[in-house]
Amino acid sequence: MITQNKILLAGMVIVGIAYVYQPANAETASAAVLANTCYSCHGTNGKSVGDMPTIAGKTKNFIVDKLKAFKSGAKSSTVMMRITKGFSDSELDAISGIIANK
Amino acid sequence: MAKISRRHFTAGLGVSAALGSLTLNGKAPFAATGKAQVVVVGGGFGGATAAKYLKRFNPKISVVLVEPSSQYATCPFSNTVIGGINKMDYITHNYDALKKMGVTVVHDLVTHIDGAKKSVKLAKGGDISFERCIVSPGIDFRWDKISGLDASTANIIPHAWKAGPQTILLRNQLAAMPDGGTFLMSPPLNPFRCPPGPGERVSLVANYFKKHKPKSKILVLDPKPKFSKQGLFKEGWAKLYPGMIEYHHTSDDGIVVRADAKAKKLFTEFGEYKGDVINFIPAQKAGKIAQTSGLTNKSGWCPVNQLTFESKLMPGVHVIGDASVASPMPKSGFSASAQAKVCAAAVSNLLQGQSPGTPKFVNTCYSLVAENYGISVAMVYGFANGKIIKMKGSGGLSPSGANAEYRSKEADYSRGWYASISQDIWG
Repeated sequence: MITQNKILLAGMVIVGIAYVYQPANAETASAAVLANTCYSCHGTNGKSVGDMPTIAGKTKNFIVDKLKAFKSGAKSSTVMMRITKGFSDSELDAISGIIANK
Repeated sequence: MAKISRRHFTAGLGVSAALGSLTLNGKAPFAATGKAQVVVVGGGFGGATAAKYLKRFNPKISVVLVEPSSQYATCPFSNTVIGGINKMDYITHNYDALKKMGVTVVHDLVTHIDGAKKSVKLAKGGDISFERCIVSPGIDFRWDKISGLDASTANIIPHAWKAGPQTILLRNQLAAMPDGGTFLMSPPLNPFRCPPGPGERVSLVANYFKKHKPKSKILVLDPKPKFSKQGLFKEGWAKLYPGMIEYHHTSDDGIVVRADAKAKKLFTEFGEYKGDVINFIPAQKAGKIAQTSGLTNKSGWCPVNQLTFESKLMPGVHVIGDASVASPMPKSGFSASAQAKVCAAAVSNLLQGQSPGTPKFVNTCYSLVAENYGISVAMVYGFANGKIIKMKGSGGLSPSGANAEYRSKEADYSRGWYASISQDIWG
């Protein structure tokens, strides 16, 4: 796990630097790519069109608290407890930051 | 075939000056000849997502999506059509939203991808050149693995494993079947598109029989020793459809070796089985364009760099979705769309001379056992040592023995997922 995290962080740093050079309206990898994984169930930019909860329009703190509660099991869920366990706390933090700004 | 006589289109905003800037003017060109930074081949879960997310990452990238059909029917939720719950319009989507985002959609068939020349050839004539190409060709069938069946017998014994006319055919056969009949089904060997799909199909046909043809039976001949979400499916079948489903695995004569389409029979090593309606799902390989363009290896699938999905056999060409070797990810629409987002990010970065980011993927496969009974399997995938890996501690199945409220919630989420992912891709 330690090696994995190191590789992941290394990748994020590279992308983080690259982000500076992106056109102003462009999204790029790293946090944005992580947040993109949410949209397959919660709709583009977190705006759900069906029975999935909409996650757009919430504050960063609200989202990150929910995600961490799913991960720890403090908040019950069907699938979110299985999904949040695949992300580090810093990734959940980064994802929440992106979604909150949508 | 002189290209000069044909109407050209320019796909790019900046790249096309050399072609003389003739534009599409409302009519589809007889032959599309042009140039784009990225050509996307196939408008399914992988291709349509890739086109949309390329534009989201960087609207300045010129993107041409080549897809033969103007409407796309999804395999996910096609079992609800087969089971009489939904109509075809529920699973049918179009490309209007992609066009509005600035994706040039060409309704034609790519007949060749030339990695050296960096261009694709179109069936109606003409070529489109690219800097990078993203191919999402889906699957093709291995008719060579079964004696007595081929593409021509699929109008008698449907596979219904590509949604569209095949879905309608199987639905109509089941609707015409008399009560007391037998639905005979044979799922394929691994690896194949949508591992829990056959179990869901059995479930939703059983759900239809229970309501409308309660004397009918379902007989499954599965060449595998076990199948995806087996415990959860069998728990649901025992509860909802007791006595209706007989399931044979490898060791109890589940291997079909031959079929007789006219006699409506499947032959195993030891026996023969007659069905009033038969659904035989053949073994699979990467979609035809991947085979004929040299993107596949001996396995029949497309080896890729799992960081960028760039083909290991053809630089500059990326392969995503069912056709790619992205194990441990399953071949699902959800996986294809997740891979497309990662691939689009990588391609967007690479076009600007930047390194691709580190990917992370989520896959959740929902299945309906009945309208109000849903089950799921999920997994988060990361990347380490050059490979996609399962994130330890994440993912897994819905719990066995869960109460009706839990199953009902997951059925709602199943429909919610379908609405969201359809919107995320085609909406």
